[in-house]
Amino acid sequence: MGNIGALFQALPGAVSQGVLWGIMVLGVYITFKILDIADLTVDGSFALGGCVCALLVVEKGRGPVEALLMATLAGFIAGAVTGILHTLCDIPAILAGILTQIALWSINLRVMGKSNTPLLKVDTIFSKLVAVSGMPQSTVAMVTGIVIAVLLILFLYWLFGTELGCTLRATGNNEDMIRALGRNTKTAKLIALAISNALVGLSGALVCQSQKYADIGMGTGAIVIGLAAIVIGDVLFGWVRSFGSKLMAAVVGSVVYFVIRAIVLWLGMDANDMKLISAIIVALALCIPVFINKWRNYHSYSEEGPTC
Amino acid sequence: MLTLTNVYKTFNKGTINEKKALNGLDLHLEDGDFVTIIGGNGAGKSTMLNMIAGVYPIDCGKITIEDKDAQSGVEKVINLSRMPEYKRAAYIGRVFQDPMKGTAAGMEIEENLALAYRRSKSRGLKWALTRSYRWGITKKEKELYYEKLKTLGLGLEERMTSKVGLLSGGQRQALTLLMATLEKPKLLLLDEHTAALDPKTAKTVLDLTGRIVNENHLTAMMVTHNMKDAIRLGNRLIMMHEGRIIYDVSGEEKKNLHVSDLLTKFEEVSGGEFANDRMMLS
Ligand SMILES: Nc1ncnc2c1ncn2[C@@H]1O[C@H](COP(=O)(O)OP(=O)(O)O)[C@@H](O)[C@H]1O
Ligand SMILES: [Mg+2]
Repeated sequence: MGNIGALFQALPGAVSQGVLWGIMVLGVYITFKILDIADLTVDGSFALGGCVCALLVVEKGRGPVEALLMATLAGFIAGAVTGILHTLCDIPAILAGILTQIALWSINLRVMGKSNTPLLKVDTIFSKLVAVSGMPQSTVAMVTGIVIAVLLILFLYWLFGTELGCTLRATGNNEDMIRALGRNTKTAKLIALAISNALVGLSGALVCQSQKYADIGMGTGAIVIGLAAIVIGDVLFGWVRSFGSKLMAAVVGSVVYFVIRAIVLWLGMDANDMKLISAIIVALALCIPVFINKWRNYHSYSEEGPTC
Repeated sequence: MLTLTNVYKTFNKGTINEKKALNGLDLHLEDGDFVTIIGGNGAGKSTMLNMIAGVYPIDCGKITIEDKDAQSGVEKVINLSRMPEYKRAAYIGRVFQDPMKGTAAGMEIEENLALAYRRSKSRGLKWALTRSYRWGITKKEKELYYEKLKTLGLGLEERMTSKVGLLSGGQRQALTLLMATLEKPKLLLLDEHTAALDPKTAKTVLDLTGRIVNENHLTAMMVTHNMKDAIRLGNRLIMMHEGRIIYDVSGEEKKNLHVSDLLTKFEEVSGGEFANDRMMLS
C-alpha cells in the first residue's frame, strides 16, 4: 500500500482512462443491453482500433484525428463481419464474435507488423490540446473524452428514437414479434453490431493515443471490462429511466471501474488480477438476481398451501 | 383473396424424425372470409398458418394473395411463396398462442402500438431514420391509440406508458389483437390465441376477436380446439387431418352444424382415435 498522496496522484489518470474506455462501454451497451447479445468481437475490435491508429500516425504520418476516424471505420467493418456471420450464416452470436475476434488477432498483427508500437515523437489529439490549452495531459484526456462521450450519447439517443433504433430495441425484446410486424431484424442486428464495434474501435484509438502505444493485447478482456462497467453503472444508477441517462450511467460505471482499479493497484495488488476481479464482478451481477429468485421460490413454498 | 395451391412441407427431411406436416394442401379464401380451423394434435394447423406467414419456407406449391395497388386501385396477385416473413407482414397480422410472443415486454403499451402502427409503412433509409416512438409519437397517434384501447374495455387506455410486461396474459393477448389489426391487414392469422388463457378471459378475448373481425370486415383464419367456438364464429369451417383439409363447410350448412356432426366427421377419417385427443368440446 502506498501513501494516500500516491493514490490521489493516480486518480486523474484513472478518471480519464475511464472516460475513454467509456466509449467502448457505450458500444457494449448497444449489444448487451439492447440486443441482448454478448458480442465478443469487442476484444478484437478494440485492439484493431488501437493498431489502425498506431499504424496511421506512426508509419503513415497521418494526423491523429484522421487516425481516429479510420479506427472507427475499421471497428465498423469488424462488427459488420460478426453481423454477417450471425445473421446471414445463422452462427450463434457468441461464436460469431469469437470467430471475428480470433481473426482480428492475426489481422491486428498484420496491420502493425509487430506486436506493439510506441507513439513517441508523434502528435496525438491530446498532445496537441495540451500544447494549446496548457492543461495537464490527464485533464485534457478527461475533457476530450467527456466531450466525445456526450456527443456520442446524443447521437445514440437520436438513433434509438428512430424507426431503426426502435426496431433494434424491440428486436432485443422480442424478435418474433417484431418480425411479425414487418421489420427486417437481420439487417437491424447487423447495423447494431457494426455501430457498436465502431464505437469500440474509436475507443481503442483514443486509448492508444492517450497511453502513447498500441499493443495487440490491449483489447484482451475488454468485453468483461465493458460488462463490469455496465453492471457498476446499473448498480449506481439503477433508478434512472431515460435512455440518455442510462448511457451516461454506463460511462460513469466505466470511470468508477478505473478508479477501483487504481485503488486496487494502490493497495499493492497486481494489475493482472484486475481481470479476475472484473470477471467476479460480472459473474456476481449475473448470479445474484438468479439466486434471489431461487431463494424466494424456495422460501415461498409451503406444504399447507397459501399461508396468506 | 388468399390461395394455397398444392403446398407441401416436411420437417427434418431424410432423418428418423421426418414428419410430413402439410401434404398437398389446397385452399382458397374469398375476401371477408372468417375461417375457423379445427383438427387433432399435429394435424398441421399451426404449420399451415406458419407457411402463410413465412415462418418457414414451403417445400413446394404456391401461396398467393390478392392486393389492391395503393395508387391505381388495380387488383394484383402477389406471390408470397418465397417472400421473407418480414415482407409478408405488410399483408398479414398475427396473434400467437403464447401471450408472451406477440408483444415486447420491456417496452411501453404505446410504443408497442406505435411499432404495430408502422407495420406497413414505407421502407428505406429515410424511413429508418425518421424519428418515432416515445419522442416521436404524435398527439394524434396517441389519441387514436387511446380510442382503440378503450374499445377493448380493459382500462388499458389509462396505462399507455406502462411496460407491457406488467400486463396479464389476457390483457397482452387483447393488446396483440389490437396491434395486429391497428393497420388493417389483408389477412389476420390467429393460432389458438385463447388457449393459454383462463376460460373467462378466453371468452372476453374471443368475443373481442369476433367483434374486431366483423367491424373491420377482415379476412381471418382462426385455429381453435374448441368446436363450439369454431361453429359459433366465422362463416366457414375447415377440419384438417394429416396435413390436408378433410372437411370444408360454409354458409347455412356451417350455421346448422352441431358438435356431434364434427365428431362423426372426425371419427370417419381418423378411425375413432378421437377419445384421447385434446380437441374437446368444452
Ligand atoms: N419446427 C418444427 N420442426 C419439426 N417438426 C415440426 C415443427 N413444427 C411442426 N412440426 C411437426 O409437424 C406436425 C404438425 O404440427 P402442427 O402444425 O404444429 O400441428 P397442429 O395442428 O397441432 O398445430 C407435427 O407432427 C409437429 O410435430
Ligand atoms: Mg398448433
